[in-house]
Amino acid sequence: MAIWLNKDSKVIVQGMTGATGMKHTKLMLGDGTNVVGGVNPRKAGQKVDFEGTEVPVFGTVKEAIEATGANVSVIFVPEKFTKDAVVEAIDAEIPLAVVITEGIAVHDSAAFWAYAGKKGNKTRIIGPNCPGIITPGQSNVGIIPGDITKPGRIGLVSKSGTLTYQMMYELRDIGFSTAVGIGGDPIIGTTHIDALAAFEADADTDLIVMIGEIGGDAEERAADFIAKNVTKPVVGYVAGFTAPEGKTMGHAGAIVSGSSGTAQAKKEALEAAGVKVGKTPTETAKLAREILGG
Amino acid sequence: MDLFEYQARDLFAKHDVPVLAGEVIDTPEAARAATERLGGKSVVKAQVKVGGRGKAGGVKLAATPDEAVARATDILGMDIKGHTVHKVMIAETAPEILEEYYVSFLLDRANRTFLSIASVEGGMEIEEVAATRPEAVAKIAIDAIDGVDQAKAQEIVAAAKFPAEVADKVAGVLITLWDTFIKSDALLVEVNPLAKVASGDVIALDGKVSLDDNAEFRHDWDELHDKAAANPLEAAAKEKNLNYVKLDGEVGIIGNGAGLVMSTLDVVAYAGEKHGNVKPANFLDIGGGASAQVMANGLEIILGDPDVKSVFVNVFGGITACDEVANGIVQALKLLEDRGENVTKPLVVRLDGNNAELGRQILTDANHPLVQRVDTMDGAADKAAELAHAAK
Repeated sequence: MAIWLNKDSKVIVQGMTGATGMKHTKLMLGDGTNVVGGVNPRKAGQKVDFEGTEVPVFGTVKEAIEATGANVSVIFVPEKFTKDAVVEAIDAEIPLAVVITEGIAVHDSAAFWAYAGKKGNKTRIIGPNCPGIITPGQSNVGIIPGDITKPGRIGLVSKSGTLTYQMMYELRDIGFSTAVGIGGDPIIGTTHIDALAAFEADADTDLIVMIGEIGGDAEERAADFIAKNVTKPVVGYVAGFTAPEGKTMGHAGAIVSGSSGTAQAKKEALEAAGVKVGKTPTETAKLAREILGG
Repeated sequence: MDLFEYQARDLFAKHDVPVLAGEVIDTPEAARAATERLGGKSVVKAQVKVGGRGKAGGVKLAATPDEAVARATDILGMDIKGHTVHKVMIAETAPEILEEYYVSFLLDRANRTFLSIASVEGGMEIEEVAATRPEAVAKIAIDAIDGVDQAKAQEIVAAAKFPAEVADKVAGVLITLWDTFIKSDALLVEVNPLAKVASGDVIALDGKVSLDDNAEFRHDWDELHDKAAANPLEAAAKEKNLNYVKLDGEVGIIGNGAGLVMSTLDVVAYAGEKHGNVKPANFLDIGGGASAQVMANGLEIILGDPDVKSVFVNVFGGITACDEVANGIVQALKLLEDRGENVTKPLVVRLDGNNAELGRQILTDANHPLVQRVDTMDGAADKAAELAHAAK
């Protein structure tokens, strides 16, 4: 079953013909993802060859959906144009839009999120500034390496790309139902809570690993949600215990301001909700292992 | 990017938010002419990006141009909570203040939209008002697309219970302030106090603005950057497009991906507890898909930091290929040695993921005396902390 992405997902790539889009479309195809088209108004009608697989380019998301039945779009367009690309995906009512692009202005993210709401939230947005989503053995949408791990029964949701990879690697022998990177920007589409709810409902997921980082209060709200709604075991990790106040640590959202957004506060909130929280990624993996083994 | 008060004042003025006259200077003598231009008296205000400057003696009245020079002499160079005062604003003296209000617009992460905060009890104690009597502080969500029109502004004014005689004027300020917020790609625009003065007008007497660095591509913000305050290592890193933050420990850190690097800082700090309490010396994210050149640039910055006693390179190759990272390490060391620099700091390298075997082989073949491989993150952090402690 997995969440949001499976072998039947038909994927289009907005920005496929750019350098990043080309590189990752090739990798996604290699992982068995059913990439059915690209979108670029200036190259509509062309076909791009990826080592023997011909992928057609459409002028708009709407045309691509009509021609292919696509239900997932992954967005690699440069940050200046990302808002328009997401708005186009929302207008075409594609069920899932995965926004990989980093460095998007917050006012742009706020605008496309508000727009999605006005259009009735028919499109689930993952990201921006995220590594994407993978259901190992079925489909891989974004930039997560497809060969780290295999299908299994752990669901993973994370703000950080490389920590997603690290955790998948630590638990590679057990495997994952779905791993989703939601991004570390101040405004994101899909939240920890959305993923927790989906994993709770997913028959293929036995345990949930949740990775957070400093900034905002998403982890605290997730803890509250877990206490009330999640019956499956949850293991957590929070990055940024040693981050000083007022310094942005890479992700636009990763900043401790005053007493809010600290890793310690997030850890305490999660533990109060019954989540076992590891001190390091390795220790977190060990906690997950103990629960699944016991 | 946080702005100085004078930069916020200029930005407000540009968007028709009512402000008092003022100009920024950086020498005491310049206070004289600036004060003369204001009619012979002024307020001398320290420009620092930290609160509490009034209580620290950073804001003084000057009744004559001579006095302005004297006050500027006192304030320039002053230390306010660790911030050195390099500039002062010579501002018009405020007319008699009858009331002080608070208004702001900011990003509301939790609700993924914007928020307006307003209170008729502005001034220095606004944080305390918010904490002890939250009912005196109105919070109204603002739709990112609909924005703030006359009706929305009146809604905020009503929610915060502004007195009827200033309601329309405050609503007018809210509309111009929203214009500032949207057109400047701000994360925060705050006016505190928004003062009602004897004439009945409302004026923004002090303000705080924070801009979104990601939006710089559509603005001309060159002049807003605070070059004086940047740490030289941070400035050098910025020049090479590296995401670097200087910290105060001894273990230099290089990794890929913000989350993994943050996690690396934590793991090193834990390991340091067993090794003389050494701590991370920096945050450095070389990003996804970094080339050997980027790796070499990063290593050069870290090795140039005199506080660094050992270096921990922690890479999980997703898009980044570990062989590129390994080549970058080898190249950087060679580059520095060819330049005649005496490189003595030990490097601990942990590579996993994409092309990890190739990368490890490159390091093994190079057999550099300063480089050692440890293949787990926790083990490598421990080794790096141990080496930093030994060299301290």
